Amino acid sequence: MSVSPIHTHIWLEEAEADNPFATRAAYCHGYDVYGQMLGKAGWADMVFLLFRGEAPQAAQAQLLTTLAVALANPGPRDPAVHAAMCGGVGGSTAASSLMAALAVGAGQCGGAREVYLAMQAWVDCGMDLPRWLHRIASPPWARDDVWPVPDHPIGFDPRGVTTSTLVRQTLDALACLLPGARLSWLQAHRKDLEAMAQRPVALTLVAATALADLGFSAQEGEMLHLILRLPGAAAHALEQSHYGFKRFPFPRIELEDATA
Amino acid sequence: MNDAAGMGDSMAVFKTRMGAAFPGSHAVFRGCDLHTQLQHLGWVDLLVFGITGRRFIAEQLRLLESLWVLTSYPDARLWNNRVAALAGTTRSTPDLAMTAALGVSEATIYGHRNEVRALSFFLRTHQRMQGGASLAECIADHLQQQGKLAGYGRPLASGDERIAPTMALARELGLADGPHLTLAFEVDRFLQAQGHALRMNYGALVAALGADLGLSPREFALYLFPIFMAGMPPCYLEAADQPAGALFVPDCEAIRYEGCGKRDWP
Repeated sequence: MSVSPIHTHIWLEEAEADNPFATRAAYCHGYDVYGQMLGKAGWADMVFLLFRGEAPQAAQAQLLTTLAVALANPGPRDPAVHAAMCGGVGGSTAASSLMAALAVGAGQCGGAREVYLAMQAWVDCGMDLPRWLHRIASPPWARDDVWPVPDHPIGFDPRGVTTSTLVRQTLDALACLLPGARLSWLQAHRKDLEAMAQRPVALTLVAATALADLGFSAQEGEMLHLILRLPGAAAHALEQSHYGFKRFPFPRIELEDATA
Repeated sequence: MNDAAGMGDSMAVFKTRMGAAFPGSHAVFRGCDLHTQLQHLGWVDLLVFGITGRRFIAEQLRLLESLWVLTSYPDARLWNNRVAALAGTTRSTPDLAMTAALGVSEATIYGHRNEVRALSFFLRTHQRMQGGASLAECIADHLQQQGKLAGYGRPLASGDERIAPTMALARELGLADGPHLTLAFEVDRFLQAQGHALRMNYGALVAALGADLGLSPREFALYLFPIFMAGMPPCYLEAADQPAGALFVPDCEAIRYEGCGKRDWP
């Protein structure tokens, strides 16, 4: 036994009789993962259990599954997927392609940090329209940090013109799974929020709202957003490794005056 | 509502002032030909030129490099270094080990987030004090707004063995008299006088020196990136040379489970 144990509320392991390093049984928040959950629990059940400490209700599992489908592939135009493809096309290691997707997809514009900040907004504003409108008009003061100060209303698309069909479809699909919660409120007040922000709602706000409805903290939501967007990054990275660099975009360069 | 104008098509034509590679011909780095105008530069010189667009004098460059040297600890127990060692024990690659360990170094209770916050505090406080505010006011306001004073106190230790050699070098180089460095020690004395146990740490020292060299928080963060790096390869190598899976992989009993009891899956 080591001098300093690993403290955890999440995971218990019991060793095989003949080897203290081999696991005979593993329990996640009290549930026997390999003895009982395998074959019964879905992926969303396990993820929910890991973060929330309880098995999800059916509607919660369905909401998380649906969100996972919506986020699984942001598509090859997305900066995070693009970053993963830069790894794939050059023959980089699999992990580095995913690390590239995580680093780029971590950001405050369309990424996990925007989800974190939007979930903080839910904590601060709740389902109170005047509070949301005030927060959009007067964003909270940002602490000193390595994160840049946000340069657009959090949760809104800085490049958007109108609410994209994809965002509306995602919001509609998620809201009907858990009626009466934040998602429904966002559906009802989306246009008010967009009018104040002068920008359309982005998928990050929809994801943040779903994650808040599932009871996740802002930190948990940030982590989950990073995780849930990785499948598409992985698939596109591998695909570009097959296409090869000659068929991967490489823009023409135009050098401007460095002293200007 | 917003319009999508101004997005441009940077995938067709990428316009930049920073530089470009012209394979088979030449490379441009911030307006200079890398192979004919900058080829004599040391790596730190080139790095800070790339970050700031400014050139630093030899004494400043030596200090900037030494700030990396003096905190390069090949101690695999340290959290960021441990990532490199764990990558070694699982037989991962050198690049994955280094980049993950460096990424983790952007930490809050030590490392880059701490130091960027310290630099931001020094810049703001110096400016306010130039305008007549007292140090006590600045610290009180800072604590009220941000909760903590980055650069003071240290996990795992109280003193900081890096401060004396750094200050000796800064004095030797004539770089120990800047206003932000003076402020950093003034804050240390203020906290002592107030009865706080938190002493100035290396993060505050590096941040104050960075501020005196004119680095913005973003420039400083970019400069900091490799600060712990030299200590990491030894951690990776030693783990990689030991039997696979042997380092920092505890047995089952090393998990102290503090959660709920066993129950049946519904």
